[in-house]
Order: sequence, then C-alpha cells, then structure tokens
Amino acid sequence: MTLQSPSLELGAPLVQPIATAGGRSYWQSVRRRLRRDPVTLICGGVLILLVASALFAPWLGLDDPYKTSMLRRLYPLGSPGHLLGTDELGRDMLSRLIYGGRLSLFMGVTPVVCALLIGGLLGITAGFLGGRVNMLIMRIMDVFYAFPSVLLAISLSGAMGAGAENTLLSLTLVFIPPVCRVSESVTTQVRGFDFVDAARASGAGMLNIVRVHVLGNVLGPILVYATSLISVAIILAAGLSFLGLGVKPPEPEWGLMLNTLRQAIYVNPVLAALPGVMIFITSICFNLMSDGLRAAMDVKA
Amino acid sequence: MDSLLPVEDRGGPAQPLLLARGLRKHFPVGGGLLGRGRKVVRAVDDLTLSVAKGETLGVVGESGCGKSTVARLLIRLLKPDRGTMVLDGDPVDEPHGITVNELRRQVQMVFQDSYASLNPRLTIAETLAFAPKAHGLPAAEARVRVRDLLAKVGLEPDTYAERYPHELSGGQRQRVNIARALALRPRLVILDEAVSALDKSVEAQVLNMLVDLKTELSLTYLFISHDLNVVQYLSDRVLVMYLGKIVELGPVEAIYGQPQHPYTQALLSARPSMDPRKRTKEAPIQGDPPNPIDPPSGCRFRTRCPFAEDVCARVEPPLTETGRQAVACHMRIAGSGHSKAAA
Amino acid sequence: MSNLLEVRDLHVAFVTPDRTVHAVNGVSFDLRRGETLGILGESGSGKSVTLRSILRLHPEHRTRWSGSIRVEGDEVLDMGPRALGDLRGQRVAMIFQEPATAFDPVFTIGHQIAETVQRHAGKSEADAYKRARELLEMVRIPSPAQRLKAYPHEMSGGMRQRAMIALALSCNPSLLLADEPTTALDATVQIQVLLLIRELQREFDLGVIFVTHDIGVAVEVSDRIGVMYAGKIVELAGVEQMVDAPQHPYSRGLLASTVHDGMRGQRLEAIPGAPPDLGEVPTGCSFAPRCKFVRPDCVAAPPDLRATGQSHLVRCVLAA
Repeated sequence: MTLQSPSLELGAPLVQPIATAGGRSYWQSVRRRLRRDPVTLICGGVLILLVASALFAPWLGLDDPYKTSMLRRLYPLGSPGHLLGTDELGRDMLSRLIYGGRLSLFMGVTPVVCALLIGGLLGITAGFLGGRVNMLIMRIMDVFYAFPSVLLAISLSGAMGAGAENTLLSLTLVFIPPVCRVSESVTTQVRGFDFVDAARASGAGMLNIVRVHVLGNVLGPILVYATSLISVAIILAAGLSFLGLGVKPPEPEWGLMLNTLRQAIYVNPVLAALPGVMIFITSICFNLMSDGLRAAMDVKA
Repeated sequence: MDSLLPVEDRGGPAQPLLLARGLRKHFPVGGGLLGRGRKVVRAVDDLTLSVAKGETLGVVGESGCGKSTVARLLIRLLKPDRGTMVLDGDPVDEPHGITVNELRRQVQMVFQDSYASLNPRLTIAETLAFAPKAHGLPAAEARVRVRDLLAKVGLEPDTYAERYPHELSGGQRQRVNIARALALRPRLVILDEAVSALDKSVEAQVLNMLVDLKTELSLTYLFISHDLNVVQYLSDRVLVMYLGKIVELGPVEAIYGQPQHPYTQALLSARPSMDPRKRTKEAPIQGDPPNPIDPPSGCRFRTRCPFAEDVCARVEPPLTETGRQAVACHMRIAGSGHSKAAA
Repeated sequence: MSNLLEVRDLHVAFVTPDRTVHAVNGVSFDLRRGETLGILGESGSGKSVTLRSILRLHPEHRTRWSGSIRVEGDEVLDMGPRALGDLRGQRVAMIFQEPATAFDPVFTIGHQIAETVQRHAGKSEADAYKRARELLEMVRIPSPAQRLKAYPHEMSGGMRQRAMIALALSCNPSLLLADEPTTALDATVQIQVLLLIRELQREFDLGVIFVTHDIGVAVEVSDRIGVMYAGKIVELAGVEQMVDAPQHPYSRGLLASTVHDGMRGQRLEAIPGAPPDLGEVPTGCSFAPRCKFVRPDCVAAPPDLRATGQSHLVRCVLAA
C-alpha cells in the first residue's frame, strides 16, 4: 500500500512536471529531430539506394561485370546497351560500378564495425576503470595513434600482402586506436557524473553499472564518431586497391577501377572519373549523416 | 511486504551508528610520467567523528575544507588512505566485520541536484528500481517499492514513474534523488549539499519533507552544507571543518550561540544580515580559503586568523573538550603557550 | 535629478521551433545614480533576462522584445552596433556569476583590463597598464603589480571576481549591472565582495542593479528591492519596507520560507507548487495557482502594479 507523506502540502495543487508530451525518451527525440533534417534525410535516402543496389545487384538484370570484350572497349556514356559506357576491358561500367559498390561498401563498413567492437570495448573499459588499466591501454593506443592512418594502412597491407581479407585486417587495426580514444574520453566523462557515483553507492556490481548507466550514455557519441569513420574507410580501402595493395583484379572495386582506368583519362575522362564520383558520393553521404546524427543528439532532450 | 528488509538495529541507542577514526585521504596532483605527482591535495587529515542514532549531524565549511570528501569516504565511494569505520558496532571492510556492500545497504547518499545527478537515459522508475534490483529484489516487488517511494516524496506515481529527468523541475529531481537514497531502506542518509541548488521556496518544501521522512522512517542524517542557516535549522550537533580538519564540534546551540573557534565566529558573522538597519560593516576575515595542496604548518587557519601567534605555526592544536563543545584552537587550550590561553 | 535608467513595459520572448518562452512580461522601473536596486527572484523569474536586455546581450535572431530601455535618455532598443559598442563596457558595465568564464584563459588579467582601457579610452599601452594596476588596487587585490601578470586560472574565485569588478569599472561606467556575482562564492568571500561593491558604488556614485535569489544578499546591498515572479515585478519597495512589511503574497511567502536564525523547531512555511511554465502568456495573475489568498478576480485578468503608500508598488488585487 502506498503511504501518503504529510509533506504533500494538503490542499495545494500537486506539482506538475514540466510540459512535454508524454515520456519522450532521448532516442525518440533524436529520431524526431533526424526526421526533420532535410540534409540527413537526403543522404540517408541516397545511402539506402546504394546499399540496396549493392545487395540486390544479382537480381537487377545487369550485364556480367566480368565479361570482357575486346571490341567494345571504352564506349562513352549513353551508348546503346551500356548506360555508363564500358571500361578498358570492355566490361559494362554500370554493372561494374554497382557490383563494385558491394565490395567497396563492405570494405568500408566492416573494418569500422570491427574497430567499434574492439576499440569500443577497450575504450569503455579504460574509461570506466581508470588508473593503471587506463594508462596501460591508452599508452599502447598512443603508439599506434602516432602513425598517420594512411601510412599505417599501407605499411600493414604491404607487410601482410595484397588481398581483400588483409585489407580488412589492416583497416581494422588502423581504426581501433581512434575509436578507443573517443570511447575512453566519453566514458571518463560519464563516469564522473553523480548518477554513476549513486549507482556505485547503491552497491551494484560493476558490469551492472556499465550496462545500465554507462552504455546508454556513451554509445551515442561513439556511434557518431564511427559513422564518420566509414567514409574514411571507404576512401582508404579504395586507395589501397588503387595502389595494388587491396583487392586484386578482376574483382570490381571502385579504387581498383580508378587505377585500371587511369589510361582512359586521355580518351574518356568522364568515364575514368566515374568510380571516383561514386566514392565521393558515398563518403560525403556518410559524413553528412554523421554530422546530422551529432546535431540531433547534441541538444539536451 | 517484500524481501529486501531494512537492517535491524544492533547495540541499542547508546552505541553510535557510525564511528569513523583517523580518516585520511590525500589526492596526488598531476605531474610525473607514471602519475606520481610531487604535490598532494590533503583533502581530509586524521578525521574522527561519530554519528549518534537518530540525530542530525551538520557539517559546515567552505570550499576546500573536505566535507564532500568526507561524505564520499563514509559511503566508500573513495577508499581512505588510513582510518577505520565502525557501523553500529561492526567494523567496515575488515575481516570480522561487514563488507562495503553491506555498508551500502545501511548508508546512502543524496547528491546535489546537478544536471548529472540522474541518468538522463532512464525513466524515474528505472532509476529508482536499480538499487533494489541490484540487491536481488524481484522486478514485480521493485515496481511496488518504486511507487511507494514516489508517494513518500510527494510525487504522484502515475504521473512521474515514466518520466525522464529533463521533464522535471529542480525540486522534483531532488525529490527523486531523495527517493533513490531511500530505496534500500537505509539507516543513515548522507545529504551532500542536497538543497543547495534549489530555489528558496522549493528548498523550504524539501526541508519540511526531510524532517518528516526522518521521523517516519527513523533515519539518521549527516547534513553537509555551506549554508549555515539551513544547518542550524536541521541539525542537533554541528561540526565545522577547515582544510581537512575539524575545528569545532558541539551541540547546535553551543556552536551558534557561543562559537569558540575564530573561524566559526567568522563564518557566523559572514552571513548576510536580514535587517537593513543592521548591515554588515566589516568583513569578518580577509582573503580566500587557501588551497588544500600546501596547508599551513601547525594550525591550518593561522594565515587568516587575527589572533595567530608563534605557537600556532609550530604546533597543531588538537580537538579539545571545552565545556559543551570541542575546539581545535590554542586560545582555548590551557597551557598551550598562546597569550590568550589560560595558564 | 533625472533618471540614469528608465525601463518601461519591457517584454522579452525567446522563440525556438519548439516553443516560445515569454521570459519577461511587462517590466518597468527607474534607477538613479548612487542608488542600488536589488532584483530578487527565483529561477525562471526573468531577473537575469531583464538585466541582460539592458545591454541587449541576447541572440538577436531568437529574441523578440518590445518596450523601452533608456540609459541617460538614449533608447537602447533602437541602438545600432556602433552605439551599442559605446554603451557596453563604457557607460554600462556588467559583472557575472562565473568569473572563470568571463575572462579569456589565454591572456593575463593585466592584458585584458589594459586592452579594454585602450579600446574605450584610447590610452597608450603603458598608461593602460598603469590604470589596470590602479584598478586592481581599488578592488583590494593584494600585490596588484604581480597580479597584472597572472592568468585567470592562477587566481582564486574571490580574486577573480574582484578582477572582474576591476574590469567592469575600468572605463568609468555610470551604471553597473551585477548578475548574481556572489552566488558561486564562499560565505567569507561573498561578504567581502558585497562590501566592496557597496563601497565602490558610494565612491563613484554608481547606479547598481543587483540580481540575486538570496534575500540576505539583497538586503545587504540594496536601497530598493524589486521582487520578480514569472517575468513581472510583483512588488517594488524600499528595502526596509520590503523586509518589515511585504505585501505581495509571493514576497511574503519568500521571506517566510527563507531559513534564518531562530526558526529551529518550527515547520517552514513553504510556498506550494512550482513556478509556471513560461511557454504561454499569462492570462490572470501568474501566482494565482500557488496563492493562499486567491480569489476569482485574480484569474480573470493580470493585476496592475499599484502604489500602496510611499514608493511601494504591489501587483496584487488584495493590496491597497
């Protein structure tokens, strides 16, 4: 049975909470703000289109991206049967670009997801535990952080050899330190808030506290940072392929295509630039979405 | 009835509820490759206090005096460098006593209403249910307890349980803070500047509520504040801190009526006058509260004390009984060597 | 003696896509040189917004205002950027609650004060530094010559607040606006700063508006006190009258619920409820939902500020 406290100031109107319609949670208000942001919506739409085309590529009735033809090389845009022309080996560009999207997007997103899991875990642990554990983890990260990401990626790939799997591995390693650093920084900040102290003072176990109180507050900023890394990952993967350290021919991949189409610059510059355009569109969309997400999350609900 | 029952009294009314002896906490300050700084913040130094069952012990002092550190030491959010604690006869965190977790069942804390005192991502109900559930209370019983707690602090459960902190005013949030502290049915509640961030009219509501709850739930309070008026209103005994040490301790009437330590006197006169005809003419002491990094030798107050003499720099005055209260000042200790002391 | 400051029917609202906050709903008062007006109110009363409006410190694109603010006869709400630049810092100066954020952390105190003096008074650098040192002496900062070279973070809270006062007075303003300058200070430091402000006001014949939520502080510094609630002044009187015989139910509730000497053992008379949401323009008296003496005509229309005795104004149907 509930007990009525005498301090309810009998007769006076009960205190009312500040007017906001219903218990709107933080994430609900973030969603609402995102839906009202035109830039984010457009970029989101473009990305959905790209991802969908990549996923459903085999069912889109495209030409075989591997089928070469010595006769139909470097056809310009708008040629009959080849909407975006053909590349230097006569393969249909549209098909190559869409199939290339599969690999490029995969190479962009996967390392970030892996880095998020590993770097995020390390960073949150370092931030929450503090002290010597923090120092150990963060100093190790500092060593890797000292290298510029491009050079690090190149040297790791160079050491491990070319190929898609090695690229994924080296990119993951390149991204773990920055994700770890951001996670540690955010976690340390949240750790200092009174409600975490209150949770500790209630005698709850550490994992319980992290799960209930810390994760909900740190995942947001970490996620924002991670989405901004996707565009970097795509560009790095493309760059590695361009240098011959990434995907091997004849796989369609935007970076690799930029490399192989280099000779075509004098013949058909627009054609040669097409894979670059795709890289550009994709990474800018991820960047703008990440910005939009940050802006939506910034306001205290 | 639920299964998370309050802890029973042991030892009877004469035994202090909480006894802390020789507490010390120093914080290293920056510098050094491995975090080994040369400077140390001596936040709390050799502090001994006891809290009797059912009383309200007020703790006053300005910034840097260590009162918040004391609060965190007593609830073991910070581990003391030295010192012991005994809760109702049971030593804390020692082989034959109770664990820190068991301490936390009986001692809880109400934080100041900062914007970060409540988790913004959790509903009020989730915040309040967290502690009981962490101690094993099943979800259904936890829900009942949450409703009970909200009603106790004057918040209608149906309206507030599913709200988020940002939808509540400062006073309402502070009621939730208090409810959270009561969730485990503690015996001692430490209130660390619990009403300091509130508007005056809301502060009055919350103070009334604290008084009611104390009687209703047989609580003991440790009330920490920089506001001397509020401390006078609530407390039975008062403890005055300066730079990590207790300078005066005694019943509230004695401390406020016949303050013995020059710092206590200064604090009391520094309160703004409520009578425009009797405005303050002169500041009781000059200067700012010093930094706890390098406290002065001997008596730590001597750099601001108008009565400081040689002996004050050489010897640290111990807390000594003088009639109704205890004071740490050479002027009140017979034979100390101070010109104003009794021989 | 003409008025240093005249505020008439000031309305300030902040407009965002979500909602409009009517922070100030018709505030009028005067101030003469040599006089301190204390504005007393709780959070959401509109006291800080009123103060900042005098210097037009609110973001222009989000703020809607109407009414009149005249400083020595000049209308602030009509001023262009040049005139505002002359007004701020030179004729009207302001000190804030958090001195740490009022100073730029990368420049020394001396540099910042001297820079202001140079800009407004056109003095040479050497003269400006000399003036800065004089100012630091005036605000009783010990070892002023060394402090000129100190950075803000090297000073304690009380010292920084004094430095901020020095900065504010560097160009001989006639009006000083103080926005809760002692709220963040310890008790022993607070009283020193209050006494300093009183002394400087006497010495320079300043007009001072002191915003605070602490009645004791208001009583210490003010000649007159204005109590604000929900964006309006609900009572305006000389400090003695306000303390001896407040007439508005809110003022009385505020004084009765403030804890001080001799209240031990008595139950506090708390004002029930909480301040209203400023999202709507008030229809009746804003205090009606919490008022012990509420009557039907309170909700019908907002009451006017009426005189009840010599220079005592009350906004309540029950007064006079």
